[in-house]
Amino acid sequence: MTWSQIATQPWMLWRRQVASILRLELKKSLFSKRAWWIYILTLGPVLITGLHSLLSGRIERGHTMGEDNMIFAGMFQVYFLRLGIFFGCLGIFSNLFRAEVLERTLHYYFMSPVRREVLAVSKYLAGLIAAVVYFVGSVVLSFLFISAHWGPVFQQYLFHGPGLAQLGWYALTAALACVGYGSVFLLTGVMFRNPMIPAAVVFVWENLNPFLPSVLKKFSVIFYLKSLCPVGEIPTEGPLAFLATMTEPTPAWLAIPGLLIVSALVLALAAAKARKLEVSYSD
Amino acid sequence: MTELPYVGQASTPAAGLQTRPRIVFDNVSRFYGEVLGVNRVNLSIPPGITSLVGPNGSGKTTLMNLMAGLIRPSRGTINVLGIPPTRPEELFRKMGYCTQFDAFPKGLTGYQFIYSFLLVHGMIESEAARLTGEALQRVAMTEAADRPVAAYSKGMRQRIKLAQAIAHRPTVLVLDEPLNGLDPMARNETIALFRQFGDEGRHVIVSSHILHEVDRISDQVILLSHGYVVAEGQIQGVRSEVKDQPMQILVRCDKPGLLASRLFEQDHVVEAKVNEDGKGLLVRTRDADNLYLLLNRIVLDNGLEVEAVAPADDDVNSVYQYLIGAEGGTT
Repeated sequence: MTWSQIATQPWMLWRRQVASILRLELKKSLFSKRAWWIYILTLGPVLITGLHSLLSGRIERGHTMGEDNMIFAGMFQVYFLRLGIFFGCLGIFSNLFRAEVLERTLHYYFMSPVRREVLAVSKYLAGLIAAVVYFVGSVVLSFLFISAHWGPVFQQYLFHGPGLAQLGWYALTAALACVGYGSVFLLTGVMFRNPMIPAAVVFVWENLNPFLPSVLKKFSVIFYLKSLCPVGEIPTEGPLAFLATMTEPTPAWLAIPGLLIVSALVLALAAAKARKLEVSYSD
Repeated sequence: MTELPYVGQASTPAAGLQTRPRIVFDNVSRFYGEVLGVNRVNLSIPPGITSLVGPNGSGKTTLMNLMAGLIRPSRGTINVLGIPPTRPEELFRKMGYCTQFDAFPKGLTGYQFIYSFLLVHGMIESEAARLTGEALQRVAMTEAADRPVAAYSKGMRQRIKLAQAIAHRPTVLVLDEPLNGLDPMARNETIALFRQFGDEGRHVIVSSHILHEVDRISDQVILLSHGYVVAEGQIQGVRSEVKDQPMQILVRCDKPGLLASRLFEQDHVVEAKVNEDGKGLLVRTRDADNLYLLLNRIVLDNGLEVEAVAPADDDVNSVYQYLIGAEGGTT
């Protein structure tokens, strides 16, 4: 089948184009010198939990496996969701277009017979694969490492107790965080010359979430993600704890499609913006 | 602005060219904030080689980027063979653009660079591989194809960009300073390639600072200054429309003094200067057609032996100097 024949079948053409852009983009998203700090974000918790397991295995344990689970739940909600995945996605997704502007290579895509929407979706998918590999991988390894020193007890918990289901929910929540934050940061990367300013606004908004009224809480990614965590919300501590408001968590059947729909809408907006994007490297 | 017929227009045998699809700019302006890129551009570019000529900042690259949809007009509309540049998915099946940007995606060899972007077009692997090989051969880069682009010289980078632009066999080829960095041999080969594209009836739009090369390759020129099109058309036609500058005609003959004395009897002859070797005459006239008729008569009446008669200033360089001057430092 020749190119002109393929071109008459839009879905086949788009599929081929997405695959070829993914091949080019994945290399950049997964193995980029620019991404060194993302490697630190992902490796950090793996190293800490690995070290914890290593040391706890050698010295007398002063804690229970339940406490390890609670520590991981806190690490997941506070570190992964609020910091690691947030900033990792910021780095990966806002650079999908922006880094190419800085490197003056975006025009090669813009000079290909590809719908800008297809380009935006392909780049998003490449970023998503990279983010999921990094962060879901980090979550899974950290979960396994934090309790690995319990040996057969942990194996029992993992394979014959609720452990595997919990791990599944953590992995799903991390993946959905990448989906949600990814779409937001792709949009800011396309819309703003300096995506750091909108990113700071999103960051403040997401972290204000515990203190927002119930209605406003629902206009954030973190609210739905917390609802999906297998271990309940970690109580807000510190001097401002009294300002925190408690809201009924959203059920998973609503939180998952809700997050996916909102992400799809944001992605559609980013694709529409990409269609109007100009190549103006000197700016 | 001097508007002139293009190649093949009106009564020429190739009048059919006029009906061929064109690249049309309709009252196009582009501003960068307060800064003018191009203003009120109206063009209808036929197939063949069209050169954009003008000093730095005159709007050549802006015009090319507008044509390719990399930037959008602030006003007006553009149409490339019936396709608006807002539809890159259709436009770039027909267009190849070799930009001035000297940057490449990291970590790719020359072959991978061309091949990968042909796959982005949606081509199947075997077709992309065949076209990549063909494009590399056309720019004489086959041997260096497996080396990383980052290790290429400036001239090689220029050629690999050109290969990438022509690989999918576009009918419109837009080339921003394509001869930059090429050695003389590569320049000649590249010009021959453009000539071949032009002769095949494709649109080749070239910007260049090197006016004698523009002269060699162009079917028509578009002269730009400060964002405005100051002249367009075949260079000889453009020259003849520059009425305020007398035409210069070189006559090689055996009795230049006699010829000069006869020519000076005419009002339209402004100057006649005998060559240093005493075997020719440079005449400046406001009416070239009349001069040619008069020359015939003088030759017959006085038995002059004329070796050659040729216009001396109907090249791009002269037209450029007359219309734009030396402001842009173009060579």
